[in-house]
Amino acid sequence: MQVLLLFAGMESSGGDSSEIVRELEDLKLQKAEIEHRISALEAKLQETAAVERCDAVSNGHSSPTSPAFEHGLDHGLSPDQIYRYSRQLLLPSFGVEGQSNLLKSSVLVIGAGGLGSPALLYLAACGLGRLGIIDHDVVELNNMHRQIIHTEAFIGHPKVKSAAAACRSVNSTIEIDEYVEALRTSNALEILSQYDIIVDATDNPPSRYMISDCCVLLGKSLSESIDECFVKQPLVSGAALGMDGQLTVYNHKGGPCYRCLFPTPPPTTACQRCSDSGVLGVVPGVIGCLQALETIKLASKVGEPLSERMLLFDALSARIRIVKIRGKSAQCTVCGDNSSFSKQLFKDFDYEDFTQFPLSAGPLKLLPAESRISSKEFKEILQKKEGHVLLDVRPSHHYKIVSLPDSLNIPFANLEARLNELTSALKEKEDGHVNTGSCTNPSVYVVCRRGNDSQRAVQYLRESGFDSAKDIVGGLEAWATDVNPNFPTY
Amino acid sequence: MQLTLEFGGGLELLCDSEKIHKVNVDLPNGEDDLTMKHLLSWVRTNVIKERPEMFMKGDTVRPGVLVLVNDCDWELSGQLDTTIEDKDVIVFISTLHGG
Repeated sequence: MQVLLLFAGMESSGGDSSEIVRELEDLKLQKAEIEHRISALEAKLQETAAVERCDAVSNGHSSPTSPAFEHGLDHGLSPDQIYRYSRQLLLPSFGVEGQSNLLKSSVLVIGAGGLGSPALLYLAACGLGRLGIIDHDVVELNNMHRQIIHTEAFIGHPKVKSAAAACRSVNSTIEIDEYVEALRTSNALEILSQYDIIVDATDNPPSRYMISDCCVLLGKSLSESIDECFVKQPLVSGAALGMDGQLTVYNHKGGPCYRCLFPTPPPTTACQRCSDSGVLGVVPGVIGCLQALETIKLASKVGEPLSERMLLFDALSARIRIVKIRGKSAQCTVCGDNSSFSKQLFKDFDYEDFTQFPLSAGPLKLLPAESRISSKEFKEILQKKEGHVLLDVRPSHHYKIVSLPDSLNIPFANLEARLNELTSALKEKEDGHVNTGSCTNPSVYVVCRRGNDSQRAVQYLRESGFDSAKDIVGGLEAWATDVNPNFPTY
Repeated sequence: MQLTLEFGGGLELLCDSEKIHKVNVDLPNGEDDLTMKHLLSWVRTNVIKERPEMFMKGDTVRPGVLVLVNDCDWELSGQLDTTIEDKDVIVFISTLHGG
């Protein structure tokens, strides 16, 4: 109810608000410029400070009369490092060996989102040698509830820049590599080969298959030359959606790769995204923290990695279950004994086609133009008070967030079973028209969030005899873009 | 035979959003053992309430579903031929991709 009132109120005061919007845009632009200058200066300061520190340390190590030698520090940790990491050094099961290993290791985190945020912060803090961050996305307001590495000041800026700045502010002494780009088969081998351990913090099936395959290939090429120590490129894989999380380590010492476990990709309908299904912020947070933990264990060579086991986190029931999963499969098409998968095959492999999961999907085009209207045309229909029924086919919990006034909500999944509700709504409008002397039959307009389900619904309705059904192109998002910028989007 | 069935990773949505199901399954006629093959078709008939194609494909689970018998991947116990015993816990988990 509040939302509807808000919507009505904002429509009428459009003139004043556009000025405010303009002024806001101006101020935001100035703010962004100032923040850019601040972060550039901060980065410069940190670099200078780091160089000074490095000079101090290397000077110390270069001569036999160095402070390190004097204090008997043959483990290679500088006095600063001893103090900074002291709470880890004090752990008998971790100690200076664990920390030295950590400082020599390099880790690439793929994705600076819900999983990557806490993983990156802990990995930067714990004192890795080198930390790589790759992501092609920019920070958005609807990320903030879970992607806790980012701050409001970075909205609209690349996630990698934001994450790198946060990591540097936690620990200015580690090396951070920034990749503001998407991971593709064309750059994956080169980028991943520069790291000891890979953290999969992505959010889609094609990336998960691609990353796992790439780790297997890089492991293969290493095993021909270098000893058993780091022959395999271990992959710390986490996933979260809604109230559930999953975690495991792939490709580690005879353990399975992603394809051993999932040789055939799941149907697209089983691959939900956080932007469609929702996610409670802390759920990827928990899994991301555990990814950092598994990575630290691998890099420092302590403890027992979560290989051939999987952790299942059920936040709603407060249950964590750790299950035993299969080992490496001899029949695996990528890491199996008779696999002929090569770097060239990898470069030519179409992961989006393999998983039937397009990463940059254009809008669905199911209907002919005459079965569709634009949001602006629908606004005219409202203004002319033409008789119609507006059918909103989003799930009911979406409808509760925000809706257009005077609409009927029948979720697409229930449309078939609840067609009678649409019939009676139309009948009601028809009767109303008889009373006012109008003779046109009311039309059915169908809307959803983005304009895909509305097309499927119109197709079904037309097959079921509702010949007047039309869909509103682009759904409520188009309404917000083209008709009412104050209409809430989500 | 008393069994505990658990659904997770979204599969619970196929059975009235109930994650844990305590069930009683009879041995198939003339058989001495209950196999996962029989249990799957029993689950499809008696527990799954909607979109069975999101649970099964052919006579096994659809790609992307992990089956765990007493917290152990059914690949290690013979998949469809795994023999189920009284009081066993069988978990069906859909793999997640989000982050």
